[in-house]
Amino acid sequence: MPLSNPPDVSDVSDVIVVGAGVVGAACAYYAARSGLTVTVLDRGPVAGGTTGAGEGNLLVSDKEPGPELELALLSTRLWQELARELPARIEYEAKGGLVVASDAAGMAALRKFAAAQAEAGVTAEEIPAGRLHELEPHLAPGLGGGFHYPQDAQVQPALAAAHLLRASGARVRTGEEVTAVLTGAHGEVRGVRTAAGDLHAPHVVNAAGTWGGDVARLAGAHLPVLPRRGFVLVTEPLPRVVRHKVYAADYVADVASGSAALQTSAVVEGTPAGPVLIGASRERVDFDRTLSVEALRRLAAQATALFPVLARVRAIRTYAGFRPYLPDHLPAIGPDPRVPGLLHACGHEGAGIGLAPGTGALIAAILAGREPPVSPAPFRPDRFGPA
Amino acid sequence: MPGSPSEPYEARERCEACEPYEACEPYEGSQQHVASAPSEPYDLAVIGAGPAGLAGAVTARTLGLSVALLDAAPRTGGQYFRHPAPGLGAARPQALHHDWAEFTALRRRFEESEAAHLAHHHVWTVTRQDDDGTWTVHALTGPDAASGTPARVRARAVLLATGAYERQLPFPGWTLPGVVGAGGAQAMLKAGLVLPGRRIVVAGSGPLLLAVASSLAAAGARVPAVVEASGYLGYARSPRALATSPHKLLEAAVHGSALLRHRTPLRTRSAVTEVHGTDRVEAVTVSRLDRAWRPVPGTGRRIACDALAVGHGLVPQIELATGLGCATRHTPDGTHALALDALQETSVPGLWAAGETGGTGGWQLARTEGELAAIAVAARLRGLPALTRSRRARDLARRRDRMRAFADAMAAAHAPGPGWTSWLPDDTEVCRCEEVTAGGIREAAGELGARDARTVKLLTRAGMGWCQGRMCGAAVACLAASGTAQGTVPPSAERRPLAVPVPLGTLATGPEEPGTT
Amino acid sequence: MARDRTPADLVGADPGPPFEITFDGRPVTALPGQSVAAALWGAGILAWRTTRNGGRPRGAFCGIGQCYDCLATVNGEPNRRACLVPARPGDAITTQEGHGHAGLAV
Repeated sequence: MPLSNPPDVSDVSDVIVVGAGVVGAACAYYAARSGLTVTVLDRGPVAGGTTGAGEGNLLVSDKEPGPELELALLSTRLWQELARELPARIEYEAKGGLVVASDAAGMAALRKFAAAQAEAGVTAEEIPAGRLHELEPHLAPGLGGGFHYPQDAQVQPALAAAHLLRASGARVRTGEEVTAVLTGAHGEVRGVRTAAGDLHAPHVVNAAGTWGGDVARLAGAHLPVLPRRGFVLVTEPLPRVVRHKVYAADYVADVASGSAALQTSAVVEGTPAGPVLIGASRERVDFDRTLSVEALRRLAAQATALFPVLARVRAIRTYAGFRPYLPDHLPAIGPDPRVPGLLHACGHEGAGIGLAPGTGALIAAILAGREPPVSPAPFRPDRFGPA
Repeated sequence: MPGSPSEPYEARERCEACEPYEACEPYEGSQQHVASAPSEPYDLAVIGAGPAGLAGAVTARTLGLSVALLDAAPRTGGQYFRHPAPGLGAARPQALHHDWAEFTALRRRFEESEAAHLAHHHVWTVTRQDDDGTWTVHALTGPDAASGTPARVRARAVLLATGAYERQLPFPGWTLPGVVGAGGAQAMLKAGLVLPGRRIVVAGSGPLLLAVASSLAAAGARVPAVVEASGYLGYARSPRALATSPHKLLEAAVHGSALLRHRTPLRTRSAVTEVHGTDRVEAVTVSRLDRAWRPVPGTGRRIACDALAVGHGLVPQIELATGLGCATRHTPDGTHALALDALQETSVPGLWAAGETGGTGGWQLARTEGELAAIAVAARLRGLPALTRSRRARDLARRRDRMRAFADAMAAAHAPGPGWTSWLPDDTEVCRCEEVTAGGIREAAGELGARDARTVKLLTRAGMGWCQGRMCGAAVACLAASGTAQGTVPPSAERRPLAVPVPLGTLATGPEEPGTT
Repeated sequence: MARDRTPADLVGADPGPPFEITFDGRPVTALPGQSVAAALWGAGILAWRTTRNGGRPRGAFCGIGQCYDCLATVNGEPNRRACLVPARPGDAITTQEGHGHAGLAV
């Protein structure tokens, strides 16, 4: 308020980012590189939400031509840059993806999908059935063939978020929950309130992921983010038994579906640390963390169907995460015309790790008044209308 | 199968066995249970065959319930009453146990109860059927669950009597062969009649140390020192709780005199701060501690030995319950135990717990809680709330309260001091499975912004290995909480959705479960 | 003398006939009812695994199947908990290196 004392300078920054997951970290990183001072707030720890429950998929292979693929291709290039700038411990691996079809019909569908992607700039190489085992020696016999996507990559998401945040130089305040968005006389954003006091900034970026709808509501905006639960199975430590990200063709259909019912399509991949990770189930059950034996059964059945060698390998861990789901499967990125100064960067569903740098770069360009690297129009946060 | 579900309770005739519970309904004699369809659930599944589980199973059978008791071990007894396999021909197993006669009496009652004893059953999760609330207990069978042969047991109620495992606080050299858990040395001695060495230092904190030292000494080991980080004077702060539990004092006196007989000195307010040796233990350094458990510089003294048995109290084994959303409480010694109501029920209806799952307290408390929990289960399933108001139930509750108060006083006296991490240099491994050092954890908690064990795990892999943080969890939580930046996240009970590793082939071949979550 | 006493003396053990297992090819005597870990301890062997990063020796630690430090390769099968697996006549125990799955590497 103009009448009160000027706020303490440590409580003032150009941008406040709400959310210390990978998207918030990327927004902080690119905003700071644009010369802005940034404060990052999270009610939990760094990477405590969906980032910490992710597999670290940086995929172009599962995306059909359109705005999300455009953002993914931008992000792919940015991840390559980040891999050079950040410590090797973020475990970036340009390992490539391998999508397999069980029969000739599946292969025909993959071929059509890949051809459309190629026109949008995706590299995809057809792998006939006879060559599958050159790429993945442990794959089951009798598959119909597959497509190799060399642009697919992987990163350890929690480490990536933590190192992005550290590299950003932003002030990071974890364990501090935003209880209100402060606005001025004309409804414009002035900062946020937490239990520790008021923080001031002309811009607030909502990077609260699955909880982005709650933060939007604090600012008086409607954003229908819903949790879509996924389980990941983690095996005992192994040598490299799976070289690529390997998944069956139905994964793409599951991602695109809006159904609330349980869907599973195994994505199998090794990690530098040793364990093999197996995702991905999808179901809308609110924030219920209770173990679903049925989800694990299907994931294990699909993974061992792809890689029979895994049948005797033990799963030592499983965890659930909640993807931030928006009804049209596209994230909300950019300024909210209903609340001046509020920007959104959330709702990436299962692609948040992959799309984080593109999202951060887009937000930073908007904040700095530069030409955006991709068009933000398809990601308009107010496209869902009022509640 | 003996102990399978049953005819309606109303049909039974008078029963002497449940006389103490007063409210017993007419009852149909002692061999009341005939086999029924395998699809029928049991009334009660008890998980864990230690004193709590055995008492719970026996009591539930007495009160007319069908009972399945699942346990990972081949024989009943749990950790405390672990004993040699018959093949070892031990004529005097009581030489390794106090209260052996009481255990064998309980075991005999269990064997006569016709409860189904499912030995070698390693429970990896418990789920609940959406439509009728029936529980399914998912287990792997075999001595170490490696083959992955699955078993599923359905029940209308579950009693968790899964006990505890030992808490470890790392120090330089604790990963050397010859350093073993104090409880581990005890378990290997009780079950296998073997020792890890001939000169064994016993160290850590808690009343278990004295018992371990006297067992090892009685079995022929030299015990050059028992090293206790607390001062036993801590007990004096709760004189009332102590005065009402003479049994514990008696037990301590017995161990104390046994140690005197074996000329074993007890060093209080001290800790092993380093183990020497390259591929196995050759000696340890024992240092004095200040009140916060910081080593006092210049007090280190080397003691030659070929093994070290170490432990810092017990951690309740509660992952099956936390996986179902059961509420927990902080115990006075810094662990998490299940929050239970006056009749041993968890915050999730239909799920009871007894023994160390509710906080460390010893075998007599465990037995008391097991019996009380079974009365509460019978009261619920049979629709006889009066059972829980019987004289027996009130007696049990009173004894439970008294022993719990004593246990909490003991726990407070042995709670790790906040300064213990100062004996932990950066290059010491904290996570034994993933070989993560204290320095790596401190970096994550400082520069990378982790404030809790879960985030440290994500950033360092500490706790991500085979044991899923059972060995390093306590230490990681302490190191995470001592991060320098602002914004501490309060510690929470660890989650381990898979309590036991499960082969993917086993997970894959389970029956489809459309109605369960 | 106390130091000559053994655990078997303490409980008056009269075990069944001992039998032989092997550890890295050399014979080890086991008693009926002992776990693999107990049989190895009985022969003075405390380590039968090396860690996958540092290659450091490890053996039984918690003794009750919780710490997984005692993982051994038993008759060619890796990652068996030696403190739980009963020793059987003729068992071949071998030091497990790291994850124990080197044969699966591609």
